Amino acid sequence: MPADFYFAIEVILNGLMAGVLYSLVALGFVLIFKASGIFNYAQGVMALFAAMTLVGIMNGQVPFAHLFNAIFGTEIHYFGWQVPALFAILLTTLVMVVFAWAVQRYIFRHLVGQEPIILFMATIGLAYFLEGVGDLMWGSDIKTLDVGLPQGASFWIEEQTAFLGGEDFFGFFIDQLDIVAAGVAIVLVAVLVAFSQYTKQGRAMRAVADDHQAALSVGISLNYIWILVWSLAGFVALVAGIMWGAKSGVQFSLSLIALKALPVLMLGGFTSIPGAIVGGLIIGVGEQLFEFLVGPLVGGATENWFAYVLALLVLVFRPQGLFGERIIERV
Amino acid sequence: MLDTAKADTETLLEVNNIEVIYNHVILVLKGVSLTVPKGGITALLGGNGAGKTTTLKAISNLLHSERGEVTKGSITYRGERVQDLSPEALVKRGVIQVMEGRHCFEHLTVEENLLTGAYTRGDGRGDVQADLEMVYSYFPRLKERRGSQAGYTSGGEQQMTAIGRALMSRPETILLDEPSMGLAPQLVEQIFDIVKRLNEEQGVTFLLAEQNTNVALRFAHRGYILESGRVVMDGPAAELRENPDVKEFYLGMSEEGRKSFRDVRSYRRRKRWLA
Repeated sequence: MPADFYFAIEVILNGLMAGVLYSLVALGFVLIFKASGIFNYAQGVMALFAAMTLVGIMNGQVPFAHLFNAIFGTEIHYFGWQVPALFAILLTTLVMVVFAWAVQRYIFRHLVGQEPIILFMATIGLAYFLEGVGDLMWGSDIKTLDVGLPQGASFWIEEQTAFLGGEDFFGFFIDQLDIVAAGVAIVLVAVLVAFSQYTKQGRAMRAVADDHQAALSVGISLNYIWILVWSLAGFVALVAGIMWGAKSGVQFSLSLIALKALPVLMLGGFTSIPGAIVGGLIIGVGEQLFEFLVGPLVGGATENWFAYVLALLVLVFRPQGLFGERIIERV
Repeated sequence: MLDTAKADTETLLEVNNIEVIYNHVILVLKGVSLTVPKGGITALLGGNGAGKTTTLKAISNLLHSERGEVTKGSITYRGERVQDLSPEALVKRGVIQVMEGRHCFEHLTVEENLLTGAYTRGDGRGDVQADLEMVYSYFPRLKERRGSQAGYTSGGEQQMTAIGRALMSRPETILLDEPSMGLAPQLVEQIFDIVKRLNEEQGVTFLLAEQNTNVALRFAHRGYILESGRVVMDGPAAELRENPDVKEFYLGMSEEGRKSFRDVRSYRRRKRWLA
């Protein structure tokens, strides 16, 4: 029965594509966690905020329009221009860098040397704050994000693979957006890895991740490195926001994708960039396959819990995750 | 090893009567003063908790990240007040600390560890590469292990990495904290030999904190002895080595056998208290 077999392959391919998106979100977490030991709960909201800002800039929306309206009675909501996508992405990146600077300047600089749980709680506060600011700036309505990425099934792939088919197989059905997302993710990861492995700032970033005190002692400015790391995480959030936003619209539920990243992190390890990627892929594929194979037996909807059960199992047998840094201990 | 001529040369670092308080309440240094001449090896001696590390960290300004604060006195480097500078600014002025317990970047390779030392330098790749070769010439062992993760190297190799990393910043003064910690006597000797060579060949000034009084006084030009946050004695290393109190209490040599507690008290009375 080749049709079923092909269908399974299609499920795996689609799982891989979904996994890439999980990886993108997880990547942002890993960057910050590695460099500063902060588990950034706000990563999902950052993706939402970045996507909202991008849409707002592209449509020429006036930020804080409702606020200005309430205070001054101005009824201006749009500048009346459209900003090209690429330029808007650039501007949004700039906004995320300013955001990184502000977070460092007004929150974490005052919390140096505090317990990890306190830093974590600060990021929870940050998440709610950012969510509110996002709504205030751009309004809380559901927006569509169109940066010109191709949508819908790829007919090319369908046509190219159709020859495999039997009587009821017409080729693989894969969303073009997923393909683009996969490509972007691969490039992004390659650039990030190259940056952290082969550049001076990347090396300093890893040094800070290893030992704050020692990094200070050789003259690395922690402040600068942390702003750098938050900016990178902000950029990754923007990319994730674009992909998810293009797929399902820019709305509050976008920030919940952070919850999908959690099992990915447990699986891949909190400190490993390749781990975030592979973890995302495993969960993406595992989720789809499990739903395909076991779902019908238990009444479906296994996608909601499968990832967490898998992550729990990993936690029991390999607490640092599949790719987490080996804990080096010597006396 | 001892040359009094060097005592007359330019003073690089001057610590004047500093008081350090941790967490706003814990008084650790109660008025420490010392001077470090250019081109010398100055040793800071004393037991556990005497304040050696705190003194070094007060100078390099690493205190701040541990909630410590210099509340009184002044620290000047080449006549410039440096106690409000960041560690980064101090490294740029040529003062770098090698911390107690090595503190290598465990997941970075030995070579990457060394390269982080050059972080503040603005000069080209070629100069950094040349200095890397210089460090390898002093520590051939590091060249062999350049590709291994620092966390998996031995204690001696980590100490060498830490010193080499500091050298990569082209320092004028290295604050070396407890280089002998946890190392075999042979290795301690080797590390101190290299310190002496760096001092003589590269002209690096050292201020080192050490519990191993015996070794430190053999290699240093001048010594300060700290006890509970105060300098109780100082002088040229050769004189300190001959001092009967130092001999008895720090070098463990005594001609008259065990002393009673009464004599210890008299020793305390003879001490010169500063501040």
